[in-house]
Amino acid sequence: MGNAFPDVEIQRSVAKKLREFLPARAVLWQEEDTRPYECDGLTAYRGLPMVVALPETGEQVRRVLAACHAMEVPVVPRGAGTGLSGGALPRGDGVLLSMAKFMRILRVDPLARVAVVQPGVRNAAVSDAAAPFGLYYAPDPSSQIACTLGGNVAENSGGVHCLKYGLTVHNVLALKGFTIEGEAVSFGAEALDAPGYDLLALAIGSEGMLAVTTEITLRLLPKPPLARVIMASFDDVERAGNAVADVIAAGIVPAGLEMMDRPATRAAEEFVRAGYDLEAAAILLCESDGTSEEVEDEIARMKAILQRSGATRLTVSRDEAERLRFWSGRKAAFPAMGRISPDYYCMDGTIPRRRLGEVLGFIGEMERKYGLRCPNVFHAGDGNLHPLILFDANVAGELERTERFAAEVLEKCVAVGGTITGEHGVGVEKINQMCVQFGAGELELFHAVKRAFDARGLLNPGKAVPTLARCAEYRRMHVHGGKLPHPELPRF
Amino acid sequence: MQDALQALAERVRAAAERRRPLRPEGGGTKAFYGNAVEAEPLDTRSHAGIVSYEPSELVVTARCGTPLAEVEAALAEKRQFLAFEPPHFGARATLGGCVAAGLSGPRRASAGALRDFVLGTRLLDGRGRVLAFGGQVMKNVAGYDVSRLLAGSLGTLGVILEVSFKVLPKPACERTLKLELPEGRAIETLNRWMAQPLPISASAWRDGELSLRLSGAESAVRAAAAKLGGVPLDEEQGDRLWAGVREQTDAFFAGETPLWRLSLPSTVPPLGFPGTQLIEWGGALRWWKTGADAATVRGAAERAGGHATLFRGGDRSAGSFAPLAPALERLHRDLKAAFDPAGIFNPGRLYPGL
Repeated sequence: MGNAFPDVEIQRSVAKKLREFLPARAVLWQEEDTRPYECDGLTAYRGLPMVVALPETGEQVRRVLAACHAMEVPVVPRGAGTGLSGGALPRGDGVLLSMAKFMRILRVDPLARVAVVQPGVRNAAVSDAAAPFGLYYAPDPSSQIACTLGGNVAENSGGVHCLKYGLTVHNVLALKGFTIEGEAVSFGAEALDAPGYDLLALAIGSEGMLAVTTEITLRLLPKPPLARVIMASFDDVERAGNAVADVIAAGIVPAGLEMMDRPATRAAEEFVRAGYDLEAAAILLCESDGTSEEVEDEIARMKAILQRSGATRLTVSRDEAERLRFWSGRKAAFPAMGRISPDYYCMDGTIPRRRLGEVLGFIGEMERKYGLRCPNVFHAGDGNLHPLILFDANVAGELERTERFAAEVLEKCVAVGGTITGEHGVGVEKINQMCVQFGAGELELFHAVKRAFDARGLLNPGKAVPTLARCAEYRRMHVHGGKLPHPELPRF
Repeated sequence: MQDALQALAERVRAAAERRRPLRPEGGGTKAFYGNAVEAEPLDTRSHAGIVSYEPSELVVTARCGTPLAEVEAALAEKRQFLAFEPPHFGARATLGGCVAAGLSGPRRASAGALRDFVLGTRLLDGRGRVLAFGGQVMKNVAGYDVSRLLAGSLGTLGVILEVSFKVLPKPACERTLKLELPEGRAIETLNRWMAQPLPISASAWRDGELSLRLSGAESAVRAAAAKLGGVPLDEEQGDRLWAGVREQTDAFFAGETPLWRLSLPSTVPPLGFPGTQLIEWGGALRWWKTGADAATVRGAAERAGGHATLFRGGDRSAGSFAPLAPALERLHRDLKAAFDPAGIFNPGRLYPGL
């Protein structure tokens, strides 16, 4: 999909139509201008868009959508293009709708604790704007300095603090935008609920397939006065996993609870010198935030539990600089992989935490089976795994081996009662695994939900929800045990 | 249990074939909520029981007919709870009804709403198919978030068969304070306090008196209580007060005057209808007992950026729920048709024609 070169005739007529209400600089169609939009953060999938539209006002967005709807031209919305599942992969027969110019923070109301922002505002910019009032926006995906709120809404992004503070869906009060027909819609309210069905929850995480957002109302929280993090070393990965369960069973919901295995800490340490224990088989970062009284209490309790659970070393951050240094290695884990391998492929499965040892064992088996290394970082508190397969796309067959490796791991996540994607979205990347997670009935219902918003299937088509025909084909190919017939044949 | 499910599915398929409306019902404790429905009741209580509960995973999964009290008791044994404090409105309340009504209690403003804790559901749709959405893990973005859409859909999209909830540990310490404050100052003060890192977990203002609940680590509760002042209640008095607000057994809710539920931005100044009022959720939820007509109440709520529901009693001819904008009304109709093409589930309970 999306790989075909644009049809020149249609391209010309679409560009001309959009030029009726957009300035020349806001309609791109020459290859040198559209090339930068060929992929998002999942660079393995690329394709040139037919036309790129860069509207600046809600009215322009409405007209782009209405015009494309009338011409039956697909539209792919895009924020900063940091997504990791190809959700913003363009189509050769479609318009890429870049929301990059929607960069204004419209209002911060410190008393009501809300911020109203445009979708092209960067995640981290909201907390910066709220900081003078002692407030912040909680979801903090690791790409937060670059990713935009519109993309966060599309993917229901999480971060390292979501066990305690929730995902995007828990921190957005309202959305305004347009359907593909150019009809204005508004979901949610500045109140805590709105009448009728919860369309706000349905729209969040819908991967840009139900509506295009032009305005987002965010909930801001008071910034905890203090945060401290414990770095705990374990000589066994499973023991570290059990320690996580022990902390939670003791009635503590840590502000952050992350795990990295030794290959991941080594790569991160070389990159940012976070001060990690490189002898440990795994480390946990266990954060407490709140008033100084709360934090001192909680840190003491967590230290005692981690000790009892077999931690071989415990270090508590002494000040904010040290806390940020401990986190820097975790937040830089993905780019750190880029230093030790030409390419890496990030997975996003979520599992019940108690199955962690089993799933990590399985990943180890897959490393041997496919001859590829796979360090692990893990949002341990909420069971969200990010195994990172290291490969070299220039070596024939490595990308395909990587994809099969990833597919097996995601299917294992489903088999233990988890999901193929915790926070990165399905996009184009995991669309086959949707056939493993859902049956025909659920997929049919998803398509029916899509039709309720977009009867002609023009908004970001082909993403997130596979057709039943595609799943039938995938199941036919996909014999038990993850073994494809004729594994020697390349498949794309 | 498979038999009970089989029987429910058969009833649904037969009803769809004959286009005979059904009214899914658990303990019937929330039958008063929403518009009247003419339909055969479909008793969901045969499909009951806790399916799994893993305290260290913070997840409980139970079938729709499970008494809400049973779920809460199982959690309480492990010192955990449903943090959105759903109202029961009677001992027979079931989990399915709780999710279908989508109502949250006093902790809503600080902990989140019912829908925020829904991780996954199983649904019996209008074709009699059993479908599973979401799951039992904290983070899951595979497919549209149908589970949260079902929360508060009042049984109009299907029979909610099973629900997985995120649960939380009970706070180590709770304390209730009472302060004297007039309405306008109470609203402003609550908003100012909630913008600070204070462990406020519930608020209720009535007749110049503000009740405030603090929850968290003992050290944090003690420090906040010292800072905020007021008169502390003993634990039993405090628990009774919040149960009365949550279950609407408080004296405020007694009597025949229509009860309106206004959901508003928390900073909206006093509205000044005739009647009496109880304010929760830091100003964001205002219960009005008033004889004022629907247009007056709804108009005021809408101008303030919120909406008004006729919660109990009164004249329902204008509908229980605030009307939707035309674009949203169309989306509601199309979504309803996607789940329930024959239109058999609770027709009209939420909106006419839905």
